Amino acid sequence: MTDQAQLLPGTLDLLILRAVSLGPLHGYGILLRIGQISGHALTIEQGALYPGLFRLVRQGLLKANWGTSENNRRAKFYELTVAGRKRLRQETENWNRLATAIGTALGTQAEEV
Amino acid sequence: MRLLDALRFRIANLFKREQMNAELEEELRGHIQLRADDLERSGISRGEAERRARIEFGGHVRYREESREAAGGMFLESVWQDLRFALRMLRKSPGFTAVAVATLALGIGANAIVFGVLNALVIRPLHVPRAQSLWGIERGKDNAVNQSFPDYLDLKERNRSFEDLAAYNVTAVGMDTGNNPTSAWILETTGNYFDALGIQPYLGRFFHASDEHGPNSAPYIVLTYAYWHSHFQDDRGVVGRTVQLNKHPFTILGVAPEEFRGTLLIVFPDFWVPLVNQEQLEGVNVLNVRSNRGILMVMGHLKEGVTTAQAVADLNSIGTYLEKTYPKDDGQMTFTLARPGLAGDWLGKPLRAFLTGLLALAGLILLAACANLGSLFAARASDRSREIALRLALGSSPARILRQLFTEAALISLMGGALGLWGSVASLRALSVWQPLPTAPLQIPVNADANVYGVALLLSLVSGFLFGVVPVRQVLQTDPYRVIKSGSTGTKVRRVSARDVLLVAQVAICALLVTASLVAVRGLVRSLHSNFGFEPRNAMLVETALSMAGYNSEGLPVMQKRLIDALKDIPGVQSVGSVDRLPLYYGANGTIVFKDDTIDLRPANAAAQAMVYKISPEYFDAAQTSLLAGRALSWHDDGNSLRVAVVNRKFANKMFGSELKALGSYFKARDGARIQVVGVVEDGKYENLAEDPQPATFYPFLQKPSNETCLVVRVKGDPRQVGAAIKSTIRDLDAGLPFTLRTWNQELESALFPSRMATLSLGALGTMGALLSVTGIFGMAAYSVSKRLKELGIRMALGAQRKEVLQAALGRALKLLAIGSTAGLLLGILASRVLAAIVYQASPRDPLVLGGVVVAMLLLGLLATWIPAQRALRIDPMKLLREE
Repeated sequence: MTDQAQLLPGTLDLLILRAVSLGPLHGYGILLRIGQISGHALTIEQGALYPGLFRLVRQGLLKANWGTSENNRRAKFYELTVAGRKRLRQETENWNRLATAIGTALGTQAEEV
Repeated sequence: MRLLDALRFRIANLFKREQMNAELEEELRGHIQLRADDLERSGISRGEAERRARIEFGGHVRYREESREAAGGMFLESVWQDLRFALRMLRKSPGFTAVAVATLALGIGANAIVFGVLNALVIRPLHVPRAQSLWGIERGKDNAVNQSFPDYLDLKERNRSFEDLAAYNVTAVGMDTGNNPTSAWILETTGNYFDALGIQPYLGRFFHASDEHGPNSAPYIVLTYAYWHSHFQDDRGVVGRTVQLNKHPFTILGVAPEEFRGTLLIVFPDFWVPLVNQEQLEGVNVLNVRSNRGILMVMGHLKEGVTTAQAVADLNSIGTYLEKTYPKDDGQMTFTLARPGLAGDWLGKPLRAFLTGLLALAGLILLAACANLGSLFAARASDRSREIALRLALGSSPARILRQLFTEAALISLMGGALGLWGSVASLRALSVWQPLPTAPLQIPVNADANVYGVALLLSLVSGFLFGVVPVRQVLQTDPYRVIKSGSTGTKVRRVSARDVLLVAQVAICALLVTASLVAVRGLVRSLHSNFGFEPRNAMLVETALSMAGYNSEGLPVMQKRLIDALKDIPGVQSVGSVDRLPLYYGANGTIVFKDDTIDLRPANAAAQAMVYKISPEYFDAAQTSLLAGRALSWHDDGNSLRVAVVNRKFANKMFGSELKALGSYFKARDGARIQVVGVVEDGKYENLAEDPQPATFYPFLQKPSNETCLVVRVKGDPRQVGAAIKSTIRDLDAGLPFTLRTWNQELESALFPSRMATLSLGALGTMGALLSVTGIFGMAAYSVSKRLKELGIRMALGAQRKEVLQAALGRALKLLAIGSTAGLLLGILASRVLAAIVYQASPRDPLVLGGVVVAMLLLGLLATWIPAQRALRIDPMKLLREE
């Protein structure tokens, strides 16, 4: 349908959507959540999160509201829009298909060709 | 929806930039604080925690910029960039810019002017409260607006649809404030006029229905603001003052507000006077004559909730009643509603048709301008193909390049629009203060308003888009690799390109305009030399209404005879005749006549509709109307003798079969009087120059007195030489009689006014079309020569002759010119049928017109291709080949 490469240049956008799908979070919270759900397997430079967040907001997948953090700091909280939730579902399916295909391809032994 | 959201987001961004930047900064800083809080909790000092949080965050500035860009904030910056780039590009080619801006200014200016007039006269309603519910009443299948006063009273009393109905008339009176009597134009209105319209006075009070108590009972005046300003110097003490109208004392009651200038959009009266004083104002009172339809218009506000259809049904039921009750006077009493501003269809229909036609032509001009600019832009885009290819190769998206081109187009169109608007506002202002006819209170109040500005802006943007879109495909098809390698656009040469089609269309439009303007000019010239049924050269006209000096019924012919006799004695004067209204004077009088054997004199049984003129015996001599048979009228055809008339040839043929049979025969006038035909004169032009011959009757003014008097003074040689003598002679007879003195040729100006205006407008548009065509063909020819310089050089090096070179260079342009001209000429011939309604004998099948168009187009082609041809011929093959 749309050009995925443009909408999702890396996997970061997908991870952000996934992290936010569990409930509204501020930027720092998203990073923590990604670390938590990925078993801290991914290293992300913290600032790199923000261009992705703004891009998703502009695409209408996320919406942002100012609120107060757990330790009483003013912070912007992000949550999924309806379009964002739909996109997350699609991208997850795509990713799974791709991962399966690549996994199968890489797992194939020479004599099976 | 997504698109709209995105757009809204971007637009919101434009305005919220500052706030957005601040919020972004706060969010990023907040992130670092939150991280530092966590680090601090693990036992590090606050300072160290913040330092580490900042390092972990990474390049703060970089991410801030990237975020800003991701949020769409770059949009504004890039628009600004495009704009600056476009300005730079335009400044680099001032010639191109100037031509483009001027072309558009012409196109948009022409449209803004025509629309301005249309807006002021047709679209904008009268300046009265609740103008949307104000309607005038039209009668019969001809949509006549004039009614008789008794019919008006019936309509007013019996209708259930209107809040109130008011009626008015336009007439001229003699106004004397104590020193010099002048003539003034007034609206004679019913007493309820101001109340029915809902107007409040600026000063003093208005007259009301309660002020009227029978004939001549309401000697009151309400001044227009303009007249109060020009004749009473804004003197607030004017209320209550008594002035003389036609030698009768009238009291000034008040002044109307400045913006209310009467109920006709193009006729500005000087003041309002109650219609019940008609006898004092016009010399006669015909308010009780049901068959005299001398009321110019009846109008009123519809009641709340009444639709126009309901109102028409209501009026028609009154009409049926009137037909039944007054079969002699009232025929065809069916009614329709029309906007009162242009007296319904009377002025409105021709004006609307003319303006719509003009608007269509102006639209064509703009279209031609766009076609012109489109091909210029396409040419420019292909000249810049190298630059575009380079930018594409360096990674610019086609969308970005197109946006750049569109920015240029929009910039040019806005500049052109601004220039055009400036010109049109100035022209409209000039038109507003212009008084086309010296004797009539005619003005065209057409100052530009928000509508005009809006239309100009819209036209600029639309035309910018139209010509901006032309090079789009060219850009999209650009293959950077091939362009940079070979230096050509790399697009295939198609047999017929969009540019060719544009040029043909443009030339066709131009040829159409040239044809139309030539047809109009020809018609005008012909109408100046046609037979009017009188000789306008060497004649002076004295126009007056004797009622202005207090003369009435019995006194009228006496004074007229005295005037005629006195003027005849002036040396150099050959003959003097009097007529109530000149032929071709606006508002000709006509009435129905019956055959002699008709008994039942209801309008449906009428034998003909004939023009009515009340003349003195020597009128035919003075006007030089030839008598074909019988005798002219004499001083013995007075009230004591048999009712007689002289008729024209058309009348004689229509009523009696031939001129000879007409002599001595009788017909019946509207009132049933038997009238004997004593003479037959030639046909003439009575209402307008474009009319077919129509029946006319000439009655002796001794039997049918008339207050309106126009003396035709036939002079040997230049008529102006007796002007002074005429003036002093009349002043000696009655110093209190205002009159106007002009030559008959000057008077004809007004009859020629419509066709002159048509010719002028068409001529202007035709010239514009021609100009656009020249630049269009020039652009195309110059471009094709410059594109093929190398090829032409090689051909010349190989021995091609001048003729062959020219053919190669310009053949295509000339072929397109020929196709376009032919198409335009054919269209012009079709369109000229429309013109025939306004311009006298506008026939497109006139060899002079056809030849003129062909010659004009040839000249235009020659003019446009001259410079490119010279350039092609000056090609030096050696130099050209060496350059590569």
